[in-house]
Amino acid sequence: MTVRRTTLGGHTHEFRSLTEVLAKATPARSGDVLAGVAAESQAQRVAAQHVLADVPLATFLTEPVVGYDEDDVTRLILDTHDPAAFAPVSALTVGEFRDWLLARAAERDEAAISGLARGLTPEMAAAVSKVMRNADLVAVARRTRVVTGLRSTLGLPGRLASRLQPNHPTDDAVGVTAAILDGLLHGSGDAVIGINPATDSPAQTIALLELVDAVISRYEIPTQSCVLAHVTTTLRALEAGAPVDLVFQSVAGTQAGNRGFGVTLDLLAEARAGALELRRGTVGDNVTYFETGQGSALSADAHHGVDGPVDQQTLECRAYGVARHFDPLLVNTVVGFIGPEYLYDGKQVIRAGLEDHFCGKLLGLPMGVDVCYTNHTDVDGDDTDVLTLLLGAAGCSFVIAVPGSDDVMLHYQSLSFTDVLTARSVLDLRPAPEFEAWLTTMDLLDDAGHVRELTPEAPAARALLAAARP
Amino acid sequence: MTDVQGQDRDFGPSDDPWAVLRDATRARVALGRAGDGLPTSRELEFRAAHAAARDAVHTALDPDRVRTALTEAGVGLDVLEVHSQAPDRTTYLQRPDLGRRLAPDTRLPGGTHDLALVLADGLSPRAVHEHAAGTVAAVLARLPGWSVAPLVLAHQARVALGDPVGEALGAGIVVVLVGERPGLSSADSLGLYLTHGPRPGRADSERNCISNVRPPHGLGYAQAADTLAGLLQASRQLGASGVVLKDEGTTLPPGAG
Repeated sequence: MTVRRTTLGGHTHEFRSLTEVLAKATPARSGDVLAGVAAESQAQRVAAQHVLADVPLATFLTEPVVGYDEDDVTRLILDTHDPAAFAPVSALTVGEFRDWLLARAAERDEAAISGLARGLTPEMAAAVSKVMRNADLVAVARRTRVVTGLRSTLGLPGRLASRLQPNHPTDDAVGVTAAILDGLLHGSGDAVIGINPATDSPAQTIALLELVDAVISRYEIPTQSCVLAHVTTTLRALEAGAPVDLVFQSVAGTQAGNRGFGVTLDLLAEARAGALELRRGTVGDNVTYFETGQGSALSADAHHGVDGPVDQQTLECRAYGVARHFDPLLVNTVVGFIGPEYLYDGKQVIRAGLEDHFCGKLLGLPMGVDVCYTNHTDVDGDDTDVLTLLLGAAGCSFVIAVPGSDDVMLHYQSLSFTDVLTARSVLDLRPAPEFEAWLTTMDLLDDAGHVRELTPEAPAARALLAAARP
Repeated sequence: MTDVQGQDRDFGPSDDPWAVLRDATRARVALGRAGDGLPTSRELEFRAAHAAARDAVHTALDPDRVRTALTEAGVGLDVLEVHSQAPDRTTYLQRPDLGRRLAPDTRLPGGTHDLALVLADGLSPRAVHEHAAGTVAAVLARLPGWSVAPLVLAHQARVALGDPVGEALGAGIVVVLVGERPGLSSADSLGLYLTHGPRPGRADSERNCISNVRPPHGLGYAQAADTLAGLLQASRQLGASGVVLKDEGTTLPPGAG
């Protein structure tokens, strides 16, 4: 444990460990207050940022915040670190690394930034993000390229994909189908058609997988399906021969957090291998999908490190260290879902969404965001508009969209299909190329490439609506 | 027309082909468009539902209103009031740990009771205003011979506040009737959480939950009380609650504590 100190405005601030520096340097959020690790004053926060800016990046390779012997996520991170990829920035401090990233972003040197991924640890990404402003996070993420594919290609420049989330409180087949069709008619679904099942049973999961597979096959849609059941349920579905495109799992940044989710790294590897064997891809072979969110480790009392509790954003980055090991097609943070005790208001949610997107991309993940909120947070549509447009500018791979912003199963608000249309239109972004071609085939795009507002008599509408008739 | 909770939406004439989608789900499908956005009417409809949910979270628990409703429902038990360690709504929302602990000056009469009922504002005081009295009356009617402690009305309370309350009252079992997190179309849902042998430190896995008490759209009082009475009898016989009773009810959903 190294004590670090700095003098700011005549007052000396002292920090007992790297863990404390990281926590106190974090922009304000309720979860760090709840965990008892937040800065006690604005001055202390900035002092910690000063100290953090002077920490050499290489320090994070020798001073793990969560112990190597007791935590398999730390072992995964350090054992798979790539020194060659790290070489271009290995002599830099955190502050110098921020300057380096901003310079490469200004030069539009995507190769230099994107090439670092396997040489960076999650703690390095978290650290640099803590000394970056929102616009820095947007500017660098925009020049960080991560392209993945299965039956559509995601992460290309000038594209914004969406996960169509057709949840239904009872997994009713007709209800789910209606929401899928509504999304397709709005040009959503190029990242995935992904359902959160109401009950986590193998039979229900298989029924939903077959339902979405039938819609995708019937209209020959270049996208993939996912039922976001627990990985053990998906393994059962795989054994039963169900059409599994993607293996889904929520993951956390500590071994204890993953235990709370009922998963191990071995289990994730086994499920990925099972899905790969099915060879269901046409343009790529990324067959996993992970969700994360700041606060998940704390909520499971799994946020402890070698020098005390670790801040929630550093732990979130460590979850990305887990996800990237399994070559995912999709990763998204569910940024406003977990509640006001972790992210209290629109300012905190917007900041966290931009941090998560930036850090995920920097670490090599195909990063998307569920831009969302619950009714007990101080967040509304104006806040989600701001975050969505910033994410669009930052080159976010995908966002999540539900009918009319209202998830009638999970009881929270995400983006609506029209929010995706607005972001694409304002920022001149297009759907995934294969999906865009399909939309053209279905006569769903006008000459300018925008999704048409259809009358029910339009051929595409008639064709798609036929699927919803009982 | 639309009510503020987004219920009973009028989707227009039945020969509208989009009705195929609308009839299939409560989800907000086929809303139409204004350019790349939503038509004004749909946008305002959504805002009204969100406003109702937000207001339900931030409404203060009104003890007089609950007392009056209890009297009208024929509930004759004494009513006591307690506060958690969260002094206000803003703190309550950010510090669930404080909402689980009793304020330091709390005094409750000790005794020996089969059951204590705690009416907790939770995330929707409105749910307590509207559904607590009816639920309590229906539950008590199903428990002849049970000794029931004075009712406790709890301000800025989480489910786990029932643990120190039940322990102080000397109750064998505590049931917390708590306002659930409002959804866009359900701002007034009451949840019932049963814990055998209440004391601080009980885990969520040691509780059983009945959710969405909210007639006429959700569970009715009689139906909820039937289920709860069954769980109470089973819990008393077994001397436990939670996953061991799982077949007869449901355990605590994540994040509810």
